[in-house]
Amino acid sequence: MSDPLVRIKGLVKTYPVKGGAFQKVLGTVKAVDGVDLDIRQGAAIGLVGESGCGKSTLGRAILRLEEPDAGSVEFDGVDVLQLSRKELKHYRRDAQVVFQDPFGSLDPRTSVGDSIAEGLRVQGLSRKMRGRRVADVLELVGLEPYHANRYPHEFSGGQRQRIGIARALAVEPRFLILDEPVSALDVSIQSQILNLLKQLQRELDLTLLFIAHDLSVVEHLCDRIAVMYLGRIVEIADRDDLFAAPTHPYTEALLSAIPVPDPTVHRQRIILEGDLPSPLNPPTGCTFHTRCPIAQQGICDVSAPYLRPINSGGHEASCHLRTGDHQDLDRPLLSNR
Amino acid sequence: MTTASIDDPILEISGLETHFFTRDGVVKAVDGVDLTVGKGEILGLVGESGCGKSVTSMSVLRLIQNPGEIVGGAIRFQGENLLDLSEKQMRSIRGDRISMIFQQPVGSLNPVFTAGSQISEVYEIHQGVNAKEGSARAVEMLRKVGIPDPERRIKSYPHELSGGMAQRIMIAMALAAGPELLIADEPTTALDVTIQAQIIDILSEIRDDLGTSIILITHDLGIVAEMADRVAVMYAGEIVEEADTKTLFADPKHPYTQGLIGSIPVAGSRREWLEVIPGRVPNLIDLPVGCRFAPRCRAREQAGLKICTEQRPELTVIQGEHTVRCFLYHEGAQ
Repeated sequence: MSDPLVRIKGLVKTYPVKGGAFQKVLGTVKAVDGVDLDIRQGAAIGLVGESGCGKSTLGRAILRLEEPDAGSVEFDGVDVLQLSRKELKHYRRDAQVVFQDPFGSLDPRTSVGDSIAEGLRVQGLSRKMRGRRVADVLELVGLEPYHANRYPHEFSGGQRQRIGIARALAVEPRFLILDEPVSALDVSIQSQILNLLKQLQRELDLTLLFIAHDLSVVEHLCDRIAVMYLGRIVEIADRDDLFAAPTHPYTEALLSAIPVPDPTVHRQRIILEGDLPSPLNPPTGCTFHTRCPIAQQGICDVSAPYLRPINSGGHEASCHLRTGDHQDLDRPLLSNR
Repeated sequence: MTTASIDDPILEISGLETHFFTRDGVVKAVDGVDLTVGKGEILGLVGESGCGKSVTSMSVLRLIQNPGEIVGGAIRFQGENLLDLSEKQMRSIRGDRISMIFQQPVGSLNPVFTAGSQISEVYEIHQGVNAKEGSARAVEMLRKVGIPDPERRIKSYPHELSGGMAQRIMIAMALAAGPELLIADEPTTALDVTIQAQIIDILSEIRDDLGTSIILITHDLGIVAEMADRVAVMYAGEIVEEADTKTLFADPKHPYTQGLIGSIPVAGSRREWLEVIPGRVPNLIDLPVGCRFAPRCRAREQAGLKICTEQRPELTVIQGEHTVRCFLYHEGAQ
């Protein structure tokens, strides 16, 4: 198999936590704590996890909207973290992002056409070419060319998200990061955008990293899914594999917690105790052990597990009890899965 | 599962109209809503943003503020029309017999008081107990909603609480006075999935243990399917379909309900393409003549109905308590 388009290795991003009257540094939060991830050309990878798990930070670090502290990000064989300012400009033509908030991410005083054309202007396209390209991408995302002269407040949430997608696509990127692109939208609008993204991915042969908290949304678009917890990927697998055989207890709990819109289905739910631990002071050993229904004293609180392959199909999970030397405990929490 | 019945109603809303008189015109946020909630029943009120589901619940508590006004209808709670009560009488109902929890739990708590004192206050005001007894009961209630180490937690301030914890405090506060009806407005929307599952369980337990009736307002059909006994679907200020939960999901009749159910991705059962409802919600100031869903309705086009853009459909009975507001089910409609 050819080299992946994006290869992330040991990526770490920490933030200082400040407090008190003099804003003294009290400690550091490891928002992303050693993530490895390969994204093949044309693949759509989903990155799921709950708030504060570091999924958005990872996305931003890949684009160098945040400077990572350690690790590497390779794009098409080039180390992105070593790029100069000028080279970074080229990288940002190849890698684009769509954010969650279609209201906050558009400048209210700039016309939609100018917003979309901004990236093209930076790339040095002529005015005429820019106008043509703007009309093209507007049509691509299901809007009309005349919308270019309008302002963001004239559009609904769903339309604004289309504009956000058009803006990202204007520079013809190869890689697109979608950070919760539909969470702010109503259900019926959400499905329009999800279908649009799927269609665009196919037509333009885009490589996608889809960041979301909602597994069912990710499942619709992605062929491979990574689950994050407290800054680490705890499980990664091809979509069907993940749903058929979730291996990490956190993935199992996450899957079982999603309400199913079918009242005849009565599932056993795994209710996790308590809240996400503070990333300022993460638990020892496996960071999930404080909430894990099967955690074992003396194992899980002592050493941190790492991702190990479960099968030859690229399914990996990091759990001492399910993948490590303690496989005798390898029984699923739910019998009906 | 439940003995709830709408033959024994606790709340009966009929012909409710709540309008907002803005500079741009009259926004008919709630425009002729009929709803019944049975004793010990969980009624799901579903719809997208702007459909009027929250305004309906705020009308029940008479918390509509200028430029909004309840201009018509009746809201009977235990037989008494809330719209006839004085503001003073209404205050003795709010928080005492009908209480409410909101989407943003942290923002709904007073930041300068501890969680415990805010719950304790409910006991002191509504049950006339002293502060010591109030805080003992607060600890008890926090334990009931699954807060670990409640003795320590009552001393926490809202900013020290996580979203899930704050929502549990809100629930504890809402339940403190032993209300007969709890209105939960998007209670889990701001929470993570695993925390959402905890809150869903707590709300269901409350109904089972205390017999509290619950109006569950949400846009999430998954939560409705898991919790509600009956569902009412709202669109542009009207109820367009109502049925018991099983019937609604198994046999949705209104094209909007069908579209809504078809448009959600379901974890573990993927479809190639999601269903899409074309267009968007109408402007509530300038509502279409006839059926409000008609401009987005493909079923109408397929059936070749003209009446949909001419007359407003009434709710018709499909079977038993399953009602729908759609001309497709009117005999002889053209």
